[in-house]
Amino acid sequence: MEKKSQALRARRPGARTSKKQKTAFQEFWRRFKKNKLAVAGLIIVVIYILMAIFADLFFSYDFITENQISNAFAPPLTTAEIDLNNGNTAPHLYILGADNFGRDILGRIIHGARVSMVIGFTTIAFAGIVGSALGAIAGYYGGKIESIIMRGTDILLAIPNILFALAIVAALGPSFQNLLLAIGITSIPAFVRLMRASVLTIKNQEFIEAARALGARDFRIIVRHIMPNCMAPIIVQATLGIAQSILSATSLSFLGLGIQPPSPEWGNMLSDARSYISYAPHTLLFPGLAIMTVILAYNLIGDGLRDALDPKLKR
Amino acid sequence: MDELLLSIQNLTTEYHTDESVIHAVNGINLNLKKGGSLGLVGESGAGKTTTAYSIMGLLPKLTGKIAQGSILFENKDLTRLPEDEMRTIRGNEISMIFQDPMTSLNPILTVGDQIAEVLEIHGTADTHAALAKAGDMLEMVGIPRERMHEYPHQFSGGMKQRVIIAIALACNPKLLIADEPTTALDVTIQAQVLRMIRDLKAKLDTSLILISHNLGVVAQVCENVAIMYAGRIVEYGPLREVFSRPLHPYTEGLLNSIPRIEIDKERLSPIRGMMPDPSVLPRGCIFRPRCPYAAAACATKAPHITEGSGRSVMCLMHEGVIPNTMGTGGNHA
Repeated sequence: MEKKSQALRARRPGARTSKKQKTAFQEFWRRFKKNKLAVAGLIIVVIYILMAIFADLFFSYDFITENQISNAFAPPLTTAEIDLNNGNTAPHLYILGADNFGRDILGRIIHGARVSMVIGFTTIAFAGIVGSALGAIAGYYGGKIESIIMRGTDILLAIPNILFALAIVAALGPSFQNLLLAIGITSIPAFVRLMRASVLTIKNQEFIEAARALGARDFRIIVRHIMPNCMAPIIVQATLGIAQSILSATSLSFLGLGIQPPSPEWGNMLSDARSYISYAPHTLLFPGLAIMTVILAYNLIGDGLRDALDPKLKR
Repeated sequence: MDELLLSIQNLTTEYHTDESVIHAVNGINLNLKKGGSLGLVGESGAGKTTTAYSIMGLLPKLTGKIAQGSILFENKDLTRLPEDEMRTIRGNEISMIFQDPMTSLNPILTVGDQIAEVLEIHGTADTHAALAKAGDMLEMVGIPRERMHEYPHQFSGGMKQRVIIAIALACNPKLLIADEPTTALDVTIQAQVLRMIRDLKAKLDTSLILISHNLGVVAQVCENVAIMYAGRIVEYGPLREVFSRPLHPYTEGLLNSIPRIEIDKERLSPIRGMMPDPSVLPRGCIFRPRCPYAAAACATKAPHITEGSGRSVMCLMHEGVIPNTMGTGGNHA
């Protein structure tokens, strides 16, 4: 008994520090880790991101955009001679085979990952920042400003995403910048609505009133007190949004309005290959798998984040 | 004569809703000397918090409105100050402590950051100096400096309220408004927090308005007390005198509702009835429906403020309109 109380006393100061060391992030990570599917998703995404960053180390851009007609439709795991443009040839192992122009499919998928990741991140960064700011303003100020912003969002939401993106690209012409713009704009409404809803719940809390009683300006209250408290659903939406915008980009490219050949992009790879589906199914299979795994991975991460960031499930 | 810090004259605050106008505060007068302390006592809905919000200029923008009167703070009329100037006063010269410490702190900022923030807002200190000052403030309210890097959820209710006090006093304000600072706390912590407010008030020479529905809380801290009922101050005076010899029937009723150890009583005598609906106030004396001494005149003639020897009261008995039968227990006894 005495020993126990001694032990308790001895532990007290240490007990607090060990609890203190568990930061909010560690707590979040502990919960995220429990979801094995989400971790799998994270690993897949990290692999694709690394592939995107180091694409040039695996295959040079020139190589994967250059036609090697003699090797067209080479099946996976075949070795064929490729023309080096100086009269010599060298053997090359086509791990995932070659497409209708004899280009290495693996190389094109890796370089395509670069395009997809850039599109995913930039469009969502743009939509997230613009959408959150608009949503926060609408939620905080209410009244006329809110009506204008929210009705604008409703208009955007009324038009199907892909159709709207199609219209923008068709009007401005197919280019990488226009593709980013089109997908970015169509991704905004989700963030506006989400942010506005969160702000509405946060802004009536007492600590906002307290901040006002300290003499804080609206800007400070929104940026420092309200928005950080609304981040959880925004982070989840951003993750799911990346998947959505990658899908939109591949769809537009598939329709010929996105990334133009010979630049490698998963959507236009599918588009090129679809005529040969029965003759050389691998040309279609691998880009399709790439799209599927990335979208799936982002969705798994999104679900995992949603669970890990949900305060109601806190234990 | 001591200098007046705050002088509220004929303050009338209303809330306009779609259906009705709620008369939350109806022409109150209050004076607070530099370094003085005033207790504002009344039931829920008496207009205590609305008075505080009127002073702070924090009334809800769309519904709340100061219809009449002035709030002179160091000879500036706060009701007429533009929002920009008001902002430099809030948190700097007039601070407010809110009711519920659990929700008055931002859950995702460390307490140190939150104390430092008020110093940054008012440009009193740069980021580095503000954090150092935040540590000092924490120590002043009896929390170890090392804990400034912790988050509100790692603090107990009493400690959170102390952090809030530290925030409120960081800029060394001239006036501190404490709105029910102990209501959400355990009884054991209440006394601690009240003592701290009283000691810091003396140390920093801050004036204090303490809002409470609890006469006992006010008794521990304040020199003067104002009893509010349905948006009016029905009685005002030095705390001891008001408590020992209440002039208004409502004050008497409040005091009778407190259990006292020295008086042998089977039952407490509560005040009968409810406070009138603030959107339709009764004619005549607002307390008449619940008043044990009410006479016929009370239904038609509204009482004025009767002043004398540092006290004031709003009751016809003291205007000589009806006979003073205070202390007899009235008609219902």
